[in-house]
Amino acid sequence: MGAGIVVAGASMGGLRAAEQLRAAGWTGRITVVGDEPHMPYNRPPLSKEVLAGRAPFASLAFTPKASAADVEWRLGARIVASRLAERNVSLDDGSVLPYDGLVVATGMRPRRLGCPGPLTGRHTVRTIDDAQGLRDELTRPGARVVVVGAGFIGCEVAATAVALGVAEVTVVDPLPLPMVGPLGELLGRALLKRHEERGVRFALGTGVAGFAGEDRVTGVVLSDGTVLEADVVVESVGSVANTEWLDGNGLDLSDGVLTDGLLRVGGRPEVVAVGDVARFPNARYDGVPRRVEHWSIPADTAKHAARTLVGTEQAPFAPLPTFWSDQHEFRLQSFGAPALGKDDVRILSGDPEGDVLVGYHTGGRLVGVVALGGHAAATGAARYRAQLLKQPALTA
Amino acid sequence: MKVVVDMNKCQDHGQCVFAAPDVFSMDEDGRLLYVPDPDDALRDEVEEAADLCPLQAIRIED
Repeated sequence: MGAGIVVAGASMGGLRAAEQLRAAGWTGRITVVGDEPHMPYNRPPLSKEVLAGRAPFASLAFTPKASAADVEWRLGARIVASRLAERNVSLDDGSVLPYDGLVVATGMRPRRLGCPGPLTGRHTVRTIDDAQGLRDELTRPGARVVVVGAGFIGCEVAATAVALGVAEVTVVDPLPLPMVGPLGELLGRALLKRHEERGVRFALGTGVAGFAGEDRVTGVVLSDGTVLEADVVVESVGSVANTEWLDGNGLDLSDGVLTDGLLRVGGRPEVVAVGDVARFPNARYDGVPRRVEHWSIPADTAKHAARTLVGTEQAPFAPLPTFWSDQHEFRLQSFGAPALGKDDVRILSGDPEGDVLVGYHTGGRLVGVVALGGHAAATGAARYRAQLLKQPALTA
Repeated sequence: MKVVVDMNKCQDHGQCVFAAPDVFSMDEDGRLLYVPDPDDALRDEVEEAADLCPLQAIRIED
């Protein structure tokens, strides 16, 4: 038996890649390397159920399929370098792993704010250890919390903190509305109102200049000099691709790892990328390569990339993006690519005060739907999913 | 094939309904209904449904 396939990254994308390689008929060796000590686990509950203390680690772990029972897991090991021309990778313990096929699944890490101030008391939410550390601090009596970044994770954390009984929760963002980048103004305004009604405060249209405090953070200094007192800071300001180990191979690593429409990396048939580190063109839309940080993407990319790696002929990758976000008692459910249609936003049903279904259009054509509210809204969005799936490619 | 859904975990996302409409459905109140002993010919779509469940609440017990 040869060197087999090395899967770089042991989160959801790595696990699904291993399983899909078996499903695609690969019977050779598979080795999955990951720097966390844990077997792959489900991350969306980290900012919600785990923070709220309702989900122990055992409930997050994925159950690998029986077909992947013989996969070799090298956990707590980091890949530090690679030589694609020689088909091998180096681990942090000095060992070198040769491969016949390589799956890039190293994912993202949280971006950190570079402004001056103490580090202690500042948190991110990406791993189970992050979430448990943050929970310990949120549950201290009288904790004042500042969340930097009003995206999905920041708003989920703020909602969870309020539900935990944290008295002061303030979300800071340079943009004028929460989640306005992916969702546009109409839903941004609706979400701002819902969060404020439930006790979340906002400092919008302002950046962060620094952090106050000596040994640990005592406040967040805003761009205008105002200081928000804080015992706990959560930084949810986007993410950085874990691609340093691919340096030196002549790849485009400007934002994740660039792939072609079959998820191949650097034009090599034996190297593919999966999950949120992959910047791929979606044949359903305009063909511009983008990274997609939705939960559905690891499974979708793994299936396609595994078939590419074993040589199965297939059409270019064209997933229908889908995501959800639970905040307070309401849910956002999205199908398609709302961010591509933010300039033409129409209410399809309902109203922003209650359950609402919003359509996003490009050139008059529906490219995404987002529901906000309860079950009725989500069911409404599901009805449009079939329509989005049937549409010809945007460029056609 | 035997399918078990942990209804304590299920949050009615409905992704399984898209993946395996012959096995999973939603009632009028948006609550999940499913066939516990589907035909083995549906295994691929049930596996897909289990993969896509955001709560990982679907288990296949041969």
